[in-house]
Amino acid sequence: MDDDVTHVETETRAPSVIDRYYTRWYRTDLKGKPSEDHCILQHSNRICVVTLAETHPILQNGRTIKSINYQISDCCSRLKNKVSGKSKRGGQFLTDFAPLCRITCTDDTEYTIYSCIRGRLLEVNEDILKTPALLLEKPFTEGYIAVILPKLEESKSITENLLTRDEFEKVVAKRNIFPSQPS
Amino acid sequence: MLPLKEKDKPLVQKLLSSGCCPRCVLRFCCINVQSLYKIPPQVQVPMLGETIENKSQSDADAEQEADEAPPPKRFKPEETELMREEESPVCPVCLGVLQEHCDQTLASKVAEAIKTENYEFDSLVLSVSLPAQLCVREHSCWLHVKTEVRAKSLVLGKDDVIQVKEAFKWNMQSLVSKTLGGAAVVSKSAFEVGVEFVHPDTDKDCHFLATTCSDCFKPTKNKEISFIFKLFLKCFLRHYPCPPPRHSSSCVSRDVQCLHTSVFIAGRYNKFCRSLPQTPWLINGERRMESSVEELIAGPILETFRATGFNFSSSGREDVDVRTLGNGRPFAMELINPHKPKFNRDQIKKIQQEINDSSDKIRVRDLQIVSREAMGRMKEGEEEKTKSYRALVWTEKPIEKEDISFLNDIKELTLDQKTPLRVLHRRALAVRPRVIHSMSSEYRDTHHFYLELKTQAGTYIKEFVHGDFGRTKPNMCQLLQTETDILELDVESVDVDWPPPIPE
Repeated sequence: MDDDVTHVETETRAPSVIDRYYTRWYRTDLKGKPSEDHCILQHSNRICVVTLAETHPILQNGRTIKSINYQISDCCSRLKNKVSGKSKRGGQFLTDFAPLCRITCTDDTEYTIYSCIRGRLLEVNEDILKTPALLLEKPFTEGYIAVILPKLEESKSITENLLTRDEFEKVVAKRNIFPSQPS
Repeated sequence: MLPLKEKDKPLVQKLLSSGCCPRCVLRFCCINVQSLYKIPPQVQVPMLGETIENKSQSDADAEQEADEAPPPKRFKPEETELMREEESPVCPVCLGVLQEHCDQTLASKVAEAIKTENYEFDSLVLSVSLPAQLCVREHSCWLHVKTEVRAKSLVLGKDDVIQVKEAFKWNMQSLVSKTLGGAAVVSKSAFEVGVEFVHPDTDKDCHFLATTCSDCFKPTKNKEISFIFKLFLKCFLRHYPCPPPRHSSSCVSRDVQCLHTSVFIAGRYNKFCRSLPQTPWLINGERRMESSVEELIAGPILETFRATGFNFSSSGREDVDVRTLGNGRPFAMELINPHKPKFNRDQIKKIQQEINDSSDKIRVRDLQIVSREAMGRMKEGEEEKTKSYRALVWTEKPIEKEDISFLNDIKELTLDQKTPLRVLHRRALAVRPRVIHSMSSEYRDTHHFYLELKTQAGTYIKEFVHGDFGRTKPNMCQLLQTETDILELDVESVDVDWPPPIPE
């Protein structure tokens, strides 16, 4: 980047914050459920943000959200997650298929959102509890689900089970040719 | 003649018969006349002998005509043949520190070290480090002659015995000073020259202290043993001989260590480059970006001061891609062990010019030498003072001038900033309230405007503009009801009034 010259793009958009600092990874058809795709935004410092992929059923067909529940079992609520200190002690440790929350839509469809990666849960998005519309309007920014910190030594290996953006697009393209279930 | 009298006789006798060297004898006699310690040991021996023999002055003169020094009374005749300078036995109390090590050879070694390392100094302090077991031997010797010392004078106690270090310095300070051509060797100085003695053979002598009477000893920070005298007395004699046993070899001196206390240099820096980190950027030992602010500033300074290292700190930091304009950001550097520590104002100005000529990525001003305490002033700026910024903001929706004019009227806007994701890997997760004192906008085109802000220290500007997934609230996206992003950021001012400005 030149120091004195300002780069101004008026027609085409300059790379966004996510484009500049995050890598997009995908997990498709979570737990075999068609099109329940998740997107993991991995920052260059290894921190991951879990969001819905644009193909997720919740974001299709004008659905609206009835409720979001972070209580995933009798004894575990993601809302109770508390981390302290620089080493983030106390955060709940998650594995690939650890549920983060359950979302119920007004048409009574229910969806579970999963971690997709191993790591320590740092925070869940409480804003979407108050304003579920955020999840629909801005699923990749303000409507994020959770923030996870993978172990330092695992920061590369966690993406082994995930798809790159290109691979994801190929999977989605195949679906459109061979639709299995209406989403 | 030594100032020793009839009542010193039993004391001197007892010390000599246990093998004490003349200087240690003087020490336990509580003689604090410095010049007497400078007399060479081979001359001191007959002087002590006189004391025991209790000869008159004329007799003493007659005896001094002889080649060999007359032996003290207690020694067997055969042994006196051995009492020559090169063959005198090692003193069991000082282990040779006040014998062979208290002379010109060591002074020359010290002078040589200083010259080789090429230090510039006004004065120096000589420090000496002795093996721990010497205090065990000292104590043992004290117990041996306690009664005789008290008999000499009731007012005398262990505190009146001259310490080995003291006697050593009395001799060495003037010797070193003379060898260096009259340098000031004083008790306190920024330049310290250290002599260390070791005696590995007897290191075990003091191990019993830790094991048998651990209550008497409390470990200090540097793992040396702190000696609690009273409690110790009971255990001591059970575990250590009294008088201290002789040893065949004396202490050895290690390499002379020279150290000048750190010098602190401060100033303000500008950063004109958007690809320069403040500190070297290394990942797995590999450099990610060429150079750094601190290296560009430190280079010429380290070279001129001939320092071995530095610690750089500043009143806050900016990102790699952020410029620092205006008066610049205060910084201070600790220069470690500067071999050339003194410079006047003009010379410092020259160094500043050298830094500024060396690179167009940074600029330094107000460069000056400061005290260690001054570092604290700079850090207080980091927490408390305000900063001013100028950002180039992009908006997704098209805007007109009127759309952003309301920003000028917003005062004292409190933000709640969750730890930004980009630093969350190394900082604790928390919500930090931060105040934006004022803003002003400058329209550029339908998707861009400049935003000037004056904020509290510690405010994350980038996150205020793009929202950081909504984790900073309120944010510019919310204020303008559109997606916004920050394309460029400059620090316009760091409002800390330190260091004092130096007129150009």
